[in-house]
Amino acid sequence: MSGHDQIERVGVAPTPEFPIPDPGLEEHNPRWSDVDPAAGRRAYAQVVGMLAAVPILAITFVVIYFAVPRDMYVKLGPLHANAQHVGLGLTGGLGVLLIGLACIHWAKQIMGDEESIDYRHPARSSDADRAAVAAEFRKGVEQSGLSRRGLIGASLAGALGIVAVPAVVLLADMGVWPTKGKRAVTIETTIWAEGVRIVNDVDFKPIKAADMEIGQLVNGEPKSLKEFEGSLQATERAKAAIIVVRMDPQSIKIPDSRKDWQVSGILCYSKICTHVGCPISLWEQQTHHLLCPCHQSTFDLGESGIVVFGPAARSLPQLPITVDKDGYLVARQGFTVPVGPSYFERDSRHDFQKGDN
Amino acid sequence: MAKPVGIAGSSEALEAKRPGDVESSAPKPAKGNVLTWADDRLGLAAIGKSNLRKVFPDHWSFLLGEIALYSFIVLLLTGVFLTIWFKPSMAETEYHGAYQLLRGLPMSEAFASTLTLSFDIRGGLLVRQVHHWAAMLFVAAAFVHMLRIFFTGAFRKPREINWLIGVGLMSLTMIEGFAGYSLPDDLLSGTGLRFVDGLVRSIPVIGTWAEFFVFGGEFPGTLIIPRLYMVHILLVPGILLGLISAHLALVVYHKHTQYPGPGRTEHNVVGYPLFPVYMAKAGGFFFVVFGITVLMGAFMTINPVWKFGPYNPSQVTAGSQPDWYMGWVEGAIRIVPNWEWHLGATTWSWNIFLPGVGLMGLLFTGLGVWPFVEQWITGDKSEHHLLDRPRNAATRTALGVAGMTWYAMFWIAGGNDIIATKFHVSLNAVTYVMRVAVFVAPVIAYIIAKRTALSLQRSDHARVLHGSETGIIHRSPDGSYSEAHAPITTDEAFTLTQHKQLPLALEDEGLDVNGIPTGQSVSKLRSRLSHWFMGDDIAKPTPEEIEEAHHHAGHALTEGHDDGHGAVDDADELSEITSR
Amino acid sequence: MRFLSRRRRSPGAKPLTLLFALFLMGAIYSVVSPAQQVAADTTKDAQIAQGKALFDVTCSSCHGLNAEGGSQGPSLIGVGAASVDFQMGTGRMPLAHPGAQAVRKPVTYTADEIAAIAAYVADLAPGPAIPDPEVYSGEGLTEEEIARGGELFRTNCSACHNFEGSGGALPGGKYAPTLKGVANRHIYSAIRIGPQQMPVFSKGALTDADVNEIIGYLNQLHAQPSQGGFDLGGIGPVSEGFWGWLVGMGSLVGVAIWLAKKGARAK
Repeated sequence: MSGHDQIERVGVAPTPEFPIPDPGLEEHNPRWSDVDPAAGRRAYAQVVGMLAAVPILAITFVVIYFAVPRDMYVKLGPLHANAQHVGLGLTGGLGVLLIGLACIHWAKQIMGDEESIDYRHPARSSDADRAAVAAEFRKGVEQSGLSRRGLIGASLAGALGIVAVPAVVLLADMGVWPTKGKRAVTIETTIWAEGVRIVNDVDFKPIKAADMEIGQLVNGEPKSLKEFEGSLQATERAKAAIIVVRMDPQSIKIPDSRKDWQVSGILCYSKICTHVGCPISLWEQQTHHLLCPCHQSTFDLGESGIVVFGPAARSLPQLPITVDKDGYLVARQGFTVPVGPSYFERDSRHDFQKGDN
Repeated sequence: MAKPVGIAGSSEALEAKRPGDVESSAPKPAKGNVLTWADDRLGLAAIGKSNLRKVFPDHWSFLLGEIALYSFIVLLLTGVFLTIWFKPSMAETEYHGAYQLLRGLPMSEAFASTLTLSFDIRGGLLVRQVHHWAAMLFVAAAFVHMLRIFFTGAFRKPREINWLIGVGLMSLTMIEGFAGYSLPDDLLSGTGLRFVDGLVRSIPVIGTWAEFFVFGGEFPGTLIIPRLYMVHILLVPGILLGLISAHLALVVYHKHTQYPGPGRTEHNVVGYPLFPVYMAKAGGFFFVVFGITVLMGAFMTINPVWKFGPYNPSQVTAGSQPDWYMGWVEGAIRIVPNWEWHLGATTWSWNIFLPGVGLMGLLFTGLGVWPFVEQWITGDKSEHHLLDRPRNAATRTALGVAGMTWYAMFWIAGGNDIIATKFHVSLNAVTYVMRVAVFVAPVIAYIIAKRTALSLQRSDHARVLHGSETGIIHRSPDGSYSEAHAPITTDEAFTLTQHKQLPLALEDEGLDVNGIPTGQSVSKLRSRLSHWFMGDDIAKPTPEEIEEAHHHAGHALTEGHDDGHGAVDDADELSEITSR
Repeated sequence: MRFLSRRRRSPGAKPLTLLFALFLMGAIYSVVSPAQQVAADTTKDAQIAQGKALFDVTCSSCHGLNAEGGSQGPSLIGVGAASVDFQMGTGRMPLAHPGAQAVRKPVTYTADEIAAIAAYVADLAPGPAIPDPEVYSGEGLTEEEIARGGELFRTNCSACHNFEGSGGALPGGKYAPTLKGVANRHIYSAIRIGPQQMPVFSKGALTDADVNEIIGYLNQLHAQPSQGGFDLGGIGPVSEGFWGWLVGMGSLVGVAIWLAKKGARAK
């Protein structure tokens, strides 16, 4: 089949498939470096020159490694950077690059550049090979006894199949099982509870209601967070982070059901976005909008945290707060709905929706 | 002029006629050197005989995959260095290293060791940055390489399996990259992990279980970084190595495709031998890739974790974006409307699941099935080793451009906040525009690309028949103007006309005259798709047309072209107008 | 005294005598200076008058003749001198044109003029005063305090202003501006007064010491030389991806084209 095709292509007569017959490989033209001895010598010198620079750069690299102090800085035009870092990178990078450029230049200018031709064979095996393999395979099957005692094959397949079950079961301890009871004490709860003081993040200072100005934002945490260490603290922090804002009560909508969730315009919301859980604190004090920097969901803190823009589907959970006898802000109770992003088993019928009162 | 010699059908005969098989090139068996020693044990000569002078065609676009391969080698080398210092632990420690702006802060061992290797280990930051840049280039080169394969039709038989391996590699590199940039446990990588937590959680029915299994409990826990470390340095690189080896082995077995041209046929490959030319070129190119990534690591800061600070689940930074290859998923998540179902006591987060999990599935499934879909539409079951010129597969090219545009729109959406601040436009407006653009822009791109490809086909057609435009305007004695055309070379004319034009599939019940099934039925759908895929292609000139045009060329300047090639195309009309 | 008279003709004598005289004058001045306090009140009245005059021509068209506000601009009664100092000292006011938010631009008023308007506005009603330099110096902090300033910055500020203080987007065309090149005083004032959409951070939540630590961290962050080369804009992975494609893929494809190019031929 291919031979027939080939004859058509190299034939002189045009065909509908090849209206211009294949003229064959283009004629080889020598390079300048082949015909002009000076050009050849130049290419040779360039290759050797590039390779000769590499040892110099390598030695410089080693010298920089040992001689340039870690805290020395250089100024190269607009770049004011660590001297050792830039020095090592520059010498090392240039050295390696020059090896590559030299090799390519060598291949392009000095190595013979007559194109060669390889011939392809079809990807498939020949019919004879296929027949031979099929025959060998049949012999093998015969030898194995599978053709007469077929149950061996079936039982082997079954045995291999069932072995996968223990292997998979071995992974069952990869994580805690989020059963209903487990969810209730993990992702569905935070350490907020009645009377827990709101403290400023980082320095754990309690917040006095009287200190809050209109337009103020506080990035808060529960005081009890400090009792947790290391990763336990991170896990609780990932859910319990809040923002406290104070707005002019005249300029916001407070539903009747949440009248006592706030202290004269001081409102507290979960800081964890209901979309995928970024902590949000981009609050605009004039519009009362809160923007998530990750995916731009926007919540209106002046209207119980409803979504006004973006991919988030649920309003931001509000934490009911009040003041304790010393005038500090405390939680009136824990969050009434789970904070953070959605999950399948989440009962989302109790989230605040626009128009609720 | 080297004429390609005729070849015989069977492979045994081909082996014997291989031009690289020069007897003298094989190592002399008698000589007691290292090669003999090795060959005595490994039989290297047999492998070398068939492969040492293997021919590789030369074209810049064939090197895109090599960039990916070499970046991968750079990643392995630099990665080993990083593992010497990095501690994949989320245990808390207090930092007392060389970077003073973070001294005394509590942080995970992972972040502290990243700072140590960046600031206390000489050259550590350089290696870290080289590793990260190489990762960016690895995925970038793999993407561009894939586009080259797609647009030139290199995925066609017999290379469909290698295409599938490539699609698998593509999806794995993204996982590998994500796992990598999550390891330092800085504020940005932690934010990314939190996003993945939300993403995994959103999977209907099994989401919470998947989340708890991935993180070993609640986010963030203490296990995710050690686990990602295992994924990043063992599991995925191991699979990548295996798949890359198979990918390359298949390239060697199939021999490289080549662009059409004089002397290039479906049965040969024209280029330079592996030894010495391609070893020097490809080997040299490895050093170029390595050198450039090192220079990038030296001069371009990437992922300055010391400025992001340690991860803290109550902190976030503006401009929280993933690395570029995850940007399109990020974009989809940013612009999707807030679709969520609340059915009974359950929540179905389509706003995260569809753009996150669904879109990635759609892209990779679409890529994976395309070779088979195209084969079914065209009915073309033959082997292809000559590449398509993208214009000659107008619909495929247009689909590819539409796909790129679609991807790019999501990509842009992933940086909507940066676009808003850099170009002083409203963030919300960018989001609304992108919501429309992901649907509209690909359609526009499809139409433009298809029209462009067809116009290029017409231009080729005109070039073959009438030659190239010289830019010289003649005025005839009666005052009319015309542009002289110079004939093109036979080499070029051959290149422009060698492509195969397949017959359109016509709807066929598959019954012969006696109503007996022939097994050749063509469904209405396939026939329609075939017309959509190839129906607009410009028929290449027939020998008669070429003959006619050449005969005509002598007096074409004064008389114009009123020759009878079937469909009058734009280029012809244009030249007629100018010649009147 | 012989020691002095012997050296009265030496070359250093004249400058030394001059220095001594200057020192003496300074010492006397410091003794009699309480008398100046009386004069200050009169200069303050003059300053307020000057401020009122400037206000009438510069600000009143939007903020009203008595700073009571109008449809174009908010009331300035009670905003305090700190607001005027911030808004005019960063060039945001007077507004060039209405837009989503006032833009920082070169300051066209002298420090004296701004101080005069600030004094006038502060005189209307009590409000935040221009802060004392010691609360925003950002200096004399220990390493731990600066690191803590970084924690406070990343907790309270980076969500809008980005991890490096490069700024970020807000809804509807608004944005959080860059903090690079902003004077310490203006950073301090902005935290306290909450200009435009920025929330207020009062002393109850962020003490002066906290704010000083934040300023100290920012100053050091912006002053430190680069550790790893050009910072590519300091806006995170988007610019890294952009430059990676442009420089990395650009140069590698360039080399690939050179590698596969046949090059000049002899004929």
